[in-house]
Amino acid sequence: MSFLKIDNVTKRYGAVEVLHRVDIDVQQGEFLVLVGPSGCGKSTLLNMIAGLEEISSGTIAIKDKPMNGVHPSKRNIAMVFQSYALYPNMTVGKNITFGLEMHGVPKEDRDRAMDKVADMLQIKPLLDRKPGQLSGGQRQRVAMGRALVRDPDVFLFDEPLSNLDAKLRVDMRTEIKKLHQRLGTTIVYVTHDQIEAMTLSTRIAVMNGGYIQQLGTPKEIYDTPNNIFVAAFMGSPSMNLLDAVIRIKGPDAAAEITDYNGHPITLPLPLPAASLAGRDGTKVVLGIRPEAITDPDGADKSAKIVVQMQNKIDVTEPAGSDTFITTTMVGKDVIGRMRADAHVNAGDIADLSINMDKAVIFDPKSEDRIV
Amino acid sequence: MASAPAQADFKTRLQNLIPKLVLAPSLAVIFLFVYGFIIFTGYLSFTDSRILPSFNLVGFENYSKLFRLSHWTTSITNLAIFASLYIGISTLIGLSLATFLDQKIRGEGLLRPIYLYPMALSFIVTGTAWKWLLDPGIGLEHTMHLWGWTSFHFDWIKNSDYAIYTVVIAAVWQSSGFVMAMFLAGLRGIDNEILKAAQMDGAGNWQMYRRIILPQLRPAFLSAFVILSHLAVKSYDLVIALTGGGPGRATELPATFMYSYTFTRNQMGIGASSAVIMLMTIAAIMVPYLYAELREKK
Amino acid sequence: MSVATQDTALRTGRVARTLIYLFLLLMALFYLLPFGIMVINSLKPLSEITGGNMMSLPQEWTLDAWRAAWSTAQIGVEPTGMRPYFWNSIKMVVPAVAISTVLGALNGYVLTKWRFRGDTILFGLMLFSCFIPFQIVLIPMARVLGLMGLAGTTSGLILVHVVYGIGFSTLYFRNYYAVFPTELVRAAMMDGAGFFRIFWRILMPSSGPITVVCIIWQFTNIWNDFLFGASFADFDSQPITVALNNLVNSSTGVKEYNVHFAGAIYAALPTLLVYIVAGRYFVRGLMSGSVKG
Repeated sequence: MSFLKIDNVTKRYGAVEVLHRVDIDVQQGEFLVLVGPSGCGKSTLLNMIAGLEEISSGTIAIKDKPMNGVHPSKRNIAMVFQSYALYPNMTVGKNITFGLEMHGVPKEDRDRAMDKVADMLQIKPLLDRKPGQLSGGQRQRVAMGRALVRDPDVFLFDEPLSNLDAKLRVDMRTEIKKLHQRLGTTIVYVTHDQIEAMTLSTRIAVMNGGYIQQLGTPKEIYDTPNNIFVAAFMGSPSMNLLDAVIRIKGPDAAAEITDYNGHPITLPLPLPAASLAGRDGTKVVLGIRPEAITDPDGADKSAKIVVQMQNKIDVTEPAGSDTFITTTMVGKDVIGRMRADAHVNAGDIADLSINMDKAVIFDPKSEDRIV
Repeated sequence: MASAPAQADFKTRLQNLIPKLVLAPSLAVIFLFVYGFIIFTGYLSFTDSRILPSFNLVGFENYSKLFRLSHWTTSITNLAIFASLYIGISTLIGLSLATFLDQKIRGEGLLRPIYLYPMALSFIVTGTAWKWLLDPGIGLEHTMHLWGWTSFHFDWIKNSDYAIYTVVIAAVWQSSGFVMAMFLAGLRGIDNEILKAAQMDGAGNWQMYRRIILPQLRPAFLSAFVILSHLAVKSYDLVIALTGGGPGRATELPATFMYSYTFTRNQMGIGASSAVIMLMTIAAIMVPYLYAELREKK
Repeated sequence: MSVATQDTALRTGRVARTLIYLFLLLMALFYLLPFGIMVINSLKPLSEITGGNMMSLPQEWTLDAWRAAWSTAQIGVEPTGMRPYFWNSIKMVVPAVAISTVLGALNGYVLTKWRFRGDTILFGLMLFSCFIPFQIVLIPMARVLGLMGLAGTTSGLILVHVVYGIGFSTLYFRNYYAVFPTELVRAAMMDGAGFFRIFWRILMPSSGPITVVCIIWQFTNIWNDFLFGASFADFDSQPITVALNNLVNSSTGVKEYNVHFAGAIYAALPTLLVYIVAGRYFVRGLMSGSVKG
């Protein structure tokens, strides 16, 4: 039995369909993140759950009650907006209790609820201030307070961290995660930031072009992306996608690429040859994450398939904790991640270890992953 | 299991209806009093209405009569002279004032409101002031004579060949400050970095002004043109107060023509047809402008 | 108008700057003189105007002309002065401004925060109604006011000014609310506030400036109207602009210039006062009536 059920939901503006037959079941206590590039339909979907946009067809149900046509304030949901949407003319306290007031909650109960939330979020000293006098992080807390005070069935977050600076964003991310763990609430969270999606969620729905591309746990999404879009979108720096040719020898399968000189390199694949039947000699897209291309000392000792090669380093980008390198394979830039103190310089011919355990291959036509 | 979509509850349906109910009275009034009336007047322009509306259709007779009336051709010739000078001079003065005022002028805060205050006055007040100032017997000419410049001659307002230019003077006095405000806002909206870049590229003052600044004022030019031209076509009060259309018919404009034919000469059909021509003139300017403005916003 | 940066300033030498100041001051004189001379001459006895120099200060300062213009001057057939007409204008302007502003605010709210299909077209039709030459509605309007029993009444004029004022007041509020964050409206909706409550509690508290702009614009426009007043009013409802025109252009008797000037100043005073007190908002109103704000 699902807590929030999105069943075959479609959104059309006139003749244009922007969201195509979306199905998601969210369990109680789950933290679902909708992630995708702008215009992918994630905010539209969130707004339909909130009741701010009409559902063209399909059903959205909360606790088995269909919500189509139900007024937003009657769905027992709360939302944290991207701009926080704090009422500028009301104090923080008023902002938090406005919804309760609208629902006819008596003043004593409102104040009690406000105190509780203010304690939890440590915004007690701010209650008499106006939103204009608050910092970005404080506004964010107030916006969450306004949502929490309603004690809703589902929390909706619409890119709540995108207006904060980088450092604060990381802090607030942790804060939100703590809150979720403590309260066990059900959350639907929209973001375009794949790191937020990975770190916060219990499940991720990657969206593009109005379709759910993949729905799964962060690990599933990262390790076994359904298609090239998901592979490229999730992870930073993003996955290297190389044109490769399949070579099958007995039970073993390998992908053949070329190094910076154009000399062929054979990379054994973690897949059995049987799953690639009929593809011997055909072209595929080989996906290797940057952290799988390292200096030999930095290579994962527990990895089963590691290939050593030498390649020319074009650019090095020391990032403090790691050093990212750019090198050329199959005529394309490839990013690798080395230890911070690996001795590499641009122009060097360096030894590289390629960990093929988590390599994935995609069909170049359908762009789907070959299992 | 959630099945068929539930019907919208009462509150939601009401909430969806209220906005339209709120808008409805205004729309009803606009449709009746603006578009309904336009249709009505348009219809009258094809009838033989005289002192009272008649519904007897006579085709384009009023229009062909209209354009044979020397009174009307005088009016539209006057409008052409008035409008082009009014728009041209107001733009020129407005642009110069704005440009010079933008040179880090001390006392700008004092000068700006002085240039603009005539816009707050009624055209009737403007007309009263200028009527007297331009009166040769008592105004400017008289004063110059008293000051000893006895050959000074300025009696345009009494001269049917020149009277229309006095309307231009008074109208420019009233509106050019407004044009200044539009251009000044345009100048202040120009990105400073572009100007710095142009300076680095070695553009001199004049080149900078002509090649960088003026082209960026295009929206202000367009707005000024549209506003001034619609004011010009609608000009009525000023002529009434300043010259009453005279001397003779020297300063008649379509607006005064329409009024006198409809209400004093009892030629309602012809009056209506002149109003239709005025509307079409303004629509030719306003409709594309509004269309572009509203489309951009989307 | 923003008093922000002025880096559009060009580099100019001393001679050029002197010329610029000279031009700006001369133009200031051009704008000030007509009204200024009128004020000075309204304080002279008539003999000093007809016999003397308009540029000289009064030898004998007197408020006689002001008194006469206010209460005894011959306007039309009655020696009533401007006073009754001044009150006619007030009685017309106050309700007309109030009603058109309230309607404009509500319309602007609907057109930005409760959008529906075709709302832009409807708004365009409303907007166009501000720019039509009013000659096109004079004939049917006279008939309709007659049918409604409002011909020659202040109520009739109020109706007319509200109808043709809605377009602009809607424009102001629409442009203002268009940049008002929609998320606030959505948040209030989720908090359970309805249409009017959102308007009252969320939008209105932030609408001060645009309300002032709208009131000033409508006030100035309606106060200064002549055409509708001349077409649809009689003695009991004629606004001050019509009275001024009658005062100045009555052909009988001696032209009492000083009284005319005083009358003109009475007609100009309310809008000028508004301009002096709230010029900033006046300019904003002018601008957003033309360039999209």
